[in-house]
Amino acid sequence: MMASIPPADRATFRCENGACWCEGDWTLDGIENFNARRLSSRPPSGELTLDGSGIQAIDTTGVLQLLSVIADLERIGCTVQLVNLRDEHQALLDLVRERLATAGAAIISQPPNRLEQLGRRVEFHARRAFEFLAFIGEAASSLARLLLRPHHFRWRALLSDIETAGVNALPIIALLSFMMGVVIAYQGGQQLKAYGANIFIVELVALTMLRELAPLITAIIVAGRTGSAYTAQIGAMQITEEVDALRTIGIRPMDLLVLPKLLALIIALPLLTVFADALSVFGGMVMAQALLEVSFSDFLDRLPQVVTPTSFLLGIGKSPVFAAIIALVGCYQGFQVRGGADSVGRQTTVSVVQSIFLVIAADALFSVVLGGVGLWR
Amino acid sequence: MALISASADTVIVVRGLRTRFGETIIHENLDFTVQRGEIVALVGGSGSGKTTLLRAIILLLKPTAGSIHLFGQEIIGISESAAFRLRRRFGMLFQQGALFSSLTVRENVAIPLREHTRLPARQIVEIADLKIALAGLPADAGNKLPRELSGGMLKRAALARALALDPALLFLDEPTAGLDPVSAGAFDELVVQLKESLGLTVVMVTHDLDTLWQATDRVAFLGERRVIGYAPMNELVRAEHPLIQTYFAGPRGRAAQEQACKAR
Repeated sequence: MMASIPPADRATFRCENGACWCEGDWTLDGIENFNARRLSSRPPSGELTLDGSGIQAIDTTGVLQLLSVIADLERIGCTVQLVNLRDEHQALLDLVRERLATAGAAIISQPPNRLEQLGRRVEFHARRAFEFLAFIGEAASSLARLLLRPHHFRWRALLSDIETAGVNALPIIALLSFMMGVVIAYQGGQQLKAYGANIFIVELVALTMLRELAPLITAIIVAGRTGSAYTAQIGAMQITEEVDALRTIGIRPMDLLVLPKLLALIIALPLLTVFADALSVFGGMVMAQALLEVSFSDFLDRLPQVVTPTSFLLGIGKSPVFAAIIALVGCYQGFQVRGGADSVGRQTTVSVVQSIFLVIAADALFSVVLGGVGLWR
Repeated sequence: MALISASADTVIVVRGLRTRFGETIIHENLDFTVQRGEIVALVGGSGSGKTTLLRAIILLLKPTAGSIHLFGQEIIGISESAAFRLRRRFGMLFQQGALFSSLTVRENVAIPLREHTRLPARQIVEIADLKIALAGLPADAGNKLPRELSGGMLKRAALARALALDPALLFLDEPTAGLDPVSAGAFDELVVQLKESLGLTVVMVTHDLDTLWQATDRVAFLGERRVIGYAPMNELVRAEHPLIQTYFAGPRGRAAQEQACKAR
């Protein structure tokens, strides 16, 4: 009973002895099954008449097809005269021709060659690196301004950032660092047991964890968890022009969006690292008792003898630097978001990759420098 | 079923529509029809459910009760495959353009063609370029990303995508909002021109009084959860309903009316 959609007739074009006909539905549906037939064996030449009276319906796609048919004929040296086209079809043809003429020829951009691509890349990355330095400088000058007038600081934002970046991260940090302690004790313990040097498990776990792994693991988790969130938040605000709105109202985005996050992370990450230290040593203790018959009390007795305050502080001392890297990269990439949703995703990826890379690079630098000044033992 | 006058020239029939968001009732017993080849505008105060009605008609929102016929086909409880076929027959211009931000304008216009046809890639590019030209954009706009376009160009690029499949029915959500008067006028002209040459049926939501006077055949006024007036503009402004009176009686309404009378 319903007026159903009638299937489209295919658009056809046939040519015979100096005359051509277009028939059927020259619509998108009809064009999909477009059928051109030449009935005579000789290719058409000279003056042709193209009869459009058989066209049942035409849309802009059909007009495009018709124009390309005519262009094909003209290319092989024919002069084509279009006749008997219905008035409304002619009107559409004229509209399309006029619009195509005003728009000009379509330009398909050529991909640049390798050398040009390389040059553009280098320039892009150099510019980004420079901009990042400028961003760090701006953050530092905002921080200095804050020290002069601390009552202007947004304490509420700082506290809520500490909660989301620090307190809420406790469970995942606890679980992962406990497992790291277990893994290190298990792997090292096998070797120590072979030499009967079971008690050295304390040195192994405590020094590896406190000096290197706990700060590093914590920083990597926080980069993935919090740095990405910073980028996404600022990026979304950038798209909805909220960042511009802040500037217009006279609030520096740096003061409201970056400084509380930066300080929150600088406070939270060392605390998280201490927490991770404790949990990973605990993981090592559990494993030492189960596998190497080193009891909790033996372990704890030996711990202060092998772990000097320097080793502990060196591990903790790295984490504010890691925190600054994570927060600055996260916020900077957030401000780099342009345009739309895809840009947020891209910059978030860049933010996580860059901050983890820089954290590990900074850690390596610490080892070299501290080793150089003889603090490494 | 028998009540529906499924004449071939009725493109949209909405009967007894009821939409509800939680506790808020947007439409109650709303009736609305659109004939083939008409340009119809939906107007009404903010929150009167214009965009909601549009979204219900284009299968983006399931109404609580009532029936909607599109090209004579009931769309409430329609199967996925039938909905897919139906979607090919209408185009929608979203208020913010809703162009995919990671794709160029040309790729944006080509997407419906890729999804719905089996045409070769080269021909799809040609068709996409034609639509971009039809929407009144220069040829080099095809290579640009949506974020590189101005507001007016964005609207035109979105129109090009809405026209990609040569739909018989075109929906426009605030097509001239945010455009300068010259661009807005040109956009109205373009819509009328496309309607005349392609035989399009157009349903638009708009607040633009100039568009209402210049471009529409009939205007449906939404208020009190239903259509309270549905007539050509010059009759609608004389309607007695107080909501319609306040809507058109302001200085802007009168200015647009004078402008339209002068033009005639």
